[in-house]
Amino acid sequence: MSTKQLIIINGNELSFKTDETILEVAHRNNIDIPSLCYLKRAAPTGTCGICVVEVKGEQTLLPACSTPAKADMVVKTETRKVIAARRLVIEQFLSSGNHNCAVRASDDKDWTQFQMHVQKDDQSSELCPAWGDCRLQDLAYRYQVSGKKFSLTKTLYPIEDVNPFIIRDFSRCIQCGRCVQACNEVQVNKAINFGHNGSKGKIVAADDRPLKDSDCVFCGECVQVCPVGALVEKDVRYQVRPRETKKIRTTCTYCGVGCQIYLHVKDNKVVKITGVEHAAPNYGSLCVKGRFGFNFISSPERLTSPLIKKNGEFKEASWDEALSLVADKLGKIKKDHGPDSIGVLTSARITNEENYIAHKFTRAVLKTNNIDHCARL
Amino acid sequence: MAGLAAAFGSGAMTNTIADIEEADVILITGSNTTENHPVLSAGVKRAVSFKGAKLIVIDPRQIKITNFADIWLQPNLGTDVAWINGMMNVIIKEDLYDKKFVKNRTENFENLKKMVEKYTPEHVAGITGIPAQSLIDAARLYAGAKAASILYCMGITQHTTGTDNVKSLANLAMLCGNIGFPGTGVNPLRGQNNVQGACDMGGLPNVHTGYQSVESLDALKKMEAAWHISGLPTKPGLPVTKMVPKALDGEIKALYIIGENPLVSDPDLNHAKKCFANLDFMVVQDIFMTETAREADIVLPARCFAEKDGTFSNTERRVQRIRKAVEPPADVLDDWKIICEIAKRMGYEMSYSESREIMEEIASVTPSYAGITYERIENEGLHWPCPTSDHPGTPILHGKQFTRGKGMFHAIDWIAPNEVADEKYPLFLTTGRVIYQYHTGTMTMKTKGLNERAPECFVEISPEDAGQHDLPDASMVDISSRRGKISARVKVSDKIGNGTVFIPFHFAQAAANNLTNAALDPISGIPEFKVCAVKISKAA
Ligand code: SF4
Ligand code: SF4
Ligand code: SF4
Repeated sequence: MSTKQLIIINGNELSFKTDETILEVAHRNNIDIPSLCYLKRAAPTGTCGICVVEVKGEQTLLPACSTPAKADMVVKTETRKVIAARRLVIEQFLSSGNHNCAVRASDDKDWTQFQMHVQKDDQSSELCPAWGDCRLQDLAYRYQVSGKKFSLTKTLYPIEDVNPFIIRDFSRCIQCGRCVQACNEVQVNKAINFGHNGSKGKIVAADDRPLKDSDCVFCGECVQVCPVGALVEKDVRYQVRPRETKKIRTTCTYCGVGCQIYLHVKDNKVVKITGVEHAAPNYGSLCVKGRFGFNFISSPERLTSPLIKKNGEFKEASWDEALSLVADKLGKIKKDHGPDSIGVLTSARITNEENYIAHKFTRAVLKTNNIDHCARL
Repeated sequence: MAGLAAAFGSGAMTNTIADIEEADVILITGSNTTENHPVLSAGVKRAVSFKGAKLIVIDPRQIKITNFADIWLQPNLGTDVAWINGMMNVIIKEDLYDKKFVKNRTENFENLKKMVEKYTPEHVAGITGIPAQSLIDAARLYAGAKAASILYCMGITQHTTGTDNVKSLANLAMLCGNIGFPGTGVNPLRGQNNVQGACDMGGLPNVHTGYQSVESLDALKKMEAAWHISGLPTKPGLPVTKMVPKALDGEIKALYIIGENPLVSDPDLNHAKKCFANLDFMVVQDIFMTETAREADIVLPARCFAEKDGTFSNTERRVQRIRKAVEPPADVLDDWKIICEIAKRMGYEMSYSESREIMEEIASVTPSYAGITYERIENEGLHWPCPTSDHPGTPILHGKQFTRGKGMFHAIDWIAPNEVADEKYPLFLTTGRVIYQYHTGTMTMKTKGLNERAPECFVEISPEDAGQHDLPDASMVDISSRRGKISARVKVSDKIGNGTVFIPFHFAQAAANNLTNAALDPISGIPEFKVCAVKISKAA
């Protein structure tokens, strides 16, 4: 590794590490090179063709995701040639499939016909479920491209919605392969892969079976990385648009891995969970419980009031009444039978701060060391 | 935990999660990693698939991670000490161990050496059912690695010999010098999100925060000064597994239970129920009306993780923030506030404006958390020990020396599990989890999709055993042990060896813990969930 070797991107002299690609150097230095297929923790595939850049002395544009940085390489990331190439690719993506958001500008008659066709496929009158949260849409705006040049394509494969978590909408798939990489190279669940070639291309699970009958374990990594509306969470589809939610970062509450997650909240309700991609320990990955097991939070079965058992039946009580009763009872038992007649089971489920308070209470107030939790269990 | 603490001086995961991908060899035992720690298991799978790591899995079931294994050994239940001693026997005999490490960093090697002498691969094969050559291969592979990581979970600890099992794994790692640098270590995977934190925060009968002994005068003085009191108790308290039976004796009169559901998760549930019923007073603080809460005198509603601020410490000792995202139902209080309110009513003022203030107090009395503040962990958590405000945290423990100074070898003889299969109860039962449910299911069972994937209890049995006992796939059967009986659906599967059945413990309606044995590890107090004897018959 040499420190003196420099690559020049958009006029900036930048150092690079062995095996680093142009794209990686650029991203590390906050220079944006767009891509639809590049996935950080997987080998570059170069399927989308968006990340092309101009390299001095090269006849053709080169894909930044798979071209290694070299000393004295002079790279430009947004030239006329680059932009023209990107526009063409985006245009092609937009025109194949049911991309019925506003970017598929069109003359009135065509638009109506197109919408009718998509609505039938979707069984819904809404725009694409990824609308407002779609990398392809972002790029179409950025490069002012619409899909009108090409005519309507036939939908080859119907939507798959037979599993409880993930909707697979093949009509919106751009065959970028990120889901395949996420499943095979990041989560290594090996549930999905490219199947059928060329214009009939389809991402398939096992021998083209529904996900629920494959090796899929519903980690949802594929959904998180899909740049378009081809993979969406079942409960989120049409129910939640990103602009309606706020995102709060926190830690998963299930196992000891402690994955970093975003809770997406709409109207005081957690409606979706995604992994935090830039942070340890999970770098965006989650499992089925962490990603989909959040319904308990707003469950109507949650306890809302203190309960006191009278004659074998629970009766709602005020906080003050319940807390005073607990204090009285514990105080009396402590007095009559000694501190060691009381035990506290604190919890592997609550916070450090709460465990600390439970420990302090047990030792300083009850004056016993009878405190434990069910970690052993 | 007690096992690792005895060997190294600290009971926590020695290395980090990311670190696993640095290993040349990974040894997984007693951990159904893909189901219980899915995201961590992805790291193992990546290491094996793309980074050339070799994987040894030692587990009685053909769990999914065995698909990635170079070597899978299938020991009889409860024979862990035997195969670990066997591996060390091979490693010492073939002179594959790290002499420099053993000499400089450890003590008591000669005793270990003497002990493992009789554990020849042939002898071990007789106990464990592992073919001698397979054991030799595994030993050579582990010892030959530049960096080898050991991962284990409840399948190692939940035995009457759990502490012995863990000490044995520590022996193996020290013998090969696999401690203190990336890709190595002895790594217990914590099943619940904040087990590590509950232990760190003094939620144990014998220690204050940061494992400061209740018998230590220094700790006592420090705590009394910080809390402005005197007369802190210095006699270690009872572990949960003793508290519960002592309720039956009448020695324990009251239990205050926070966020736990022992009436599904405890062993030998029928007995546990009797114990709980004998209490004078029981308070349960939880988010749902659990099986345990139903038995309480008073139930206090609590907030869930999405409704509060604070920290969790994950399995790799990383202290991470949780943040309030939604308002709790009605006017439900934070757990800490509830406890403070009770303390106040008992004449001791405990008041904090927010969780941050509690963390400040934790840092002030806990050397290993002394450098941790909310500001520092805003974006990424820190690994304890983190003794000062400019300390970067400690991802890898025992780098230059062990927490206790020298690493301690323990010479351990194998002893059989407390209960073994016999004529009356001819099958071994082991318990565990499935990926779609969590613990006693109070949370995961509120998500329809998870129930759709894992709707009910089942008993996994080998095709041969199923044939022999005439138990067709998907039929309902009764499973009984000396302690109780449940019904479940038969799942004939190659995953499990002959003579053993597996039942997940999530399902309260068919709680596997009606069957399990409450016999305890004498040191850790952990019950033998992973082995007991059962019989199976067609449902009446
Ligand atoms: S949910 Fe996970 S396992 Fe299933 S296809 Fe997607 S990435 Fe693969
Ligand atoms: S489903 Fe999404 S991620 Fe997968 S290939 Fe299609 S567009 Fe790409
Ligand atoms: S998302 Fe899954 S692996 Fe990650 S912490 Fe939660 S339960 Fe564990």
